[in-house]
Amino acid sequence: MIHYILRRILILAPTLIGITLVSFLILQLVPGDPARTIAGLEADEDTVQAVRRELGLDKPLIVQYGLFLKNAVTGNFGQSIRTKNSVMAEIWPRFLNTLRLTFASIVISVIVGVAIGTIAAKHHNTAVDYATMGLVLLGVSTPTFWSGLIIILVFSVSLGWFPSGGAHGLIHLVLPAVTLAAPSAAITARMTRSSMLEVLRQDYIKTARAKGQKESRVIYGHALKNALIPTVTIVGLQFGYLMGGAVLVEIIFTWPGLGRLIVNSILTRDYPIVQAGVMLFATTFVLTNLIVDILYHYLDPRISYDGD
Amino acid sequence: MTETSPPKKPIGQFGLFWRRLRRNRLAVAGMLIIAAIVLVSLLAPHIAPYDPLKQNYRALLAPMSGQHWFGCDQVGRDIFSRIVHGAGITLRIGVLAILIGMAAGIGLGLLGGYYGGLMDICVVYLTDILLAFPGLLLALAVIAIFGPGITSVILACSFSSIPQFIRVTRGVVLAEKEKDYVTAARAIGERHTAIMMRYILPNCVAPLVVLVSLRMAVIILIASGLSFLGFGAQPPSPEWGAMLSEGRAYLQTAPHIAIFPGLAIMTVVLAFNLLGDGLRDALDPRMKI
Repeated sequence: MIHYILRRILILAPTLIGITLVSFLILQLVPGDPARTIAGLEADEDTVQAVRRELGLDKPLIVQYGLFLKNAVTGNFGQSIRTKNSVMAEIWPRFLNTLRLTFASIVISVIVGVAIGTIAAKHHNTAVDYATMGLVLLGVSTPTFWSGLIIILVFSVSLGWFPSGGAHGLIHLVLPAVTLAAPSAAITARMTRSSMLEVLRQDYIKTARAKGQKESRVIYGHALKNALIPTVTIVGLQFGYLMGGAVLVEIIFTWPGLGRLIVNSILTRDYPIVQAGVMLFATTFVLTNLIVDILYHYLDPRISYDGD
Repeated sequence: MTETSPPKKPIGQFGLFWRRLRRNRLAVAGMLIIAAIVLVSLLAPHIAPYDPLKQNYRALLAPMSGQHWFGCDQVGRDIFSRIVHGAGITLRIGVLAILIGMAAGIGLGLLGGYYGGLMDICVVYLTDILLAFPGLLLALAVIAIFGPGITSVILACSFSSIPQFIRVTRGVVLAEKEKDYVTAARAIGERHTAIMMRYILPNCVAPLVVLVSLRMAVIILIASGLSFLGFGAQPPSPEWGAMLSEGRAYLQTAPHIAIFPGLAIMTVVLAFNLLGDGLRDALDPRMKI
């Protein structure tokens, strides 16, 4: 097991380097002079020169990248152009907020998704199955930046049950987390349903039924446990997509997360924030997938740790 | 030469596929919706009762009525007419982004899968890196570089589709390249490009068709999301995401401004998802896309 984990981490290293390379290139690829971009359009030539020297932008590209990498490892991403604060101080609290939102969403999407998927599989090829699968299709096809507005309209404006924005406690988390969770709950439901149907065809399920086990016990005791294994991998992927999707939800619910900060920083051309934010998201995503992979191997004894 | 003998059933592979697809009512519904939207976008000037940009100060925030089916927005523009005109923008972005993403993805997938070795390592590496930026993030990175605008949105959407097209193409190439017909093609002296394009690529068509339909759904969501954030089509363009964003400020007083563009996006995305699922079931239900 340890051997397997170490190997997975080794395989991950090039991807992590690739992520830093892409983030590094964001500033380099912006048309025009990076020093001028950071100094601001109205800065005079001396200031631009000073910025260029200070950030090492006068050095060869490969040296610059080395510097960027070294700084990234130590968590030093420079200063925000707009606020002059350190980038880390700007993005870290925002990142934690996004994680909070993402975690709440993943919990909702797993509970709702697994429940719906199990019900659909249990009632395979009946009206219940078709209705839930219809819901699933709607779930993956509805833009969150629209469903979020509808949810605000209903639960905040009309009913007044929840606040429409802000982040002052659990109550502010409900609507954005539900909005964000919907598409991913739909995907989890679809996955659970198909793996549940697969499992229900297995011999040990027939055995359980043959020995007179109650149907609910067959479904929840025997089948569900095994059907959930493929769902775990999907949840890992979902975590990443939720972080990506959080951008839109954070904007709608004025949730002070990293996605919203990145969007605002693109608009104000605050590139150090964009670079660090994008890098932090991607790194978290890749690391989550690593953990999920390890978990998957741990859960499914049929998979060996050594061979691939 | 049993492998090249003509198909036994007179109906043929395509006929079989078409029959299965036609029997899938949801897929047919998807197809009909897509056809209707293409038609609407082509005939927009004839269908829309009003000029999508013309402001009418006597109809500010007008609710739904016989005159204005979907009501009017904050400057009195007819929302139905704007949605009709917006269909073309959405489809154009989607089709262009798919074409670019597909061309790059198929090319890289073929090269990596066929030649293997260092080339393949590079292609897989690129795929892994692109996939490390989930969903909207890769698109946002592209927007950060190229700045807001429709061209950037098209590029951003195509970038986010490249890894999927690489994966599907490469997977098929790896499965096919060891088969006898490819060895035979090599033996008769076919060139590498000919083997890739004429022998292997046709095997990719089925999964690629499914992928195109499902990716269209995702791309339309990303593109309208980017416009909603203010990075894509700019006002007064009747792009659906941009319209939704404009309607946000009037959510309490005139919710119809935001509701109808959202419904339009959802309908198109749903149609492509229905068609994609139907295509997969008709071509090969075990296909993993």
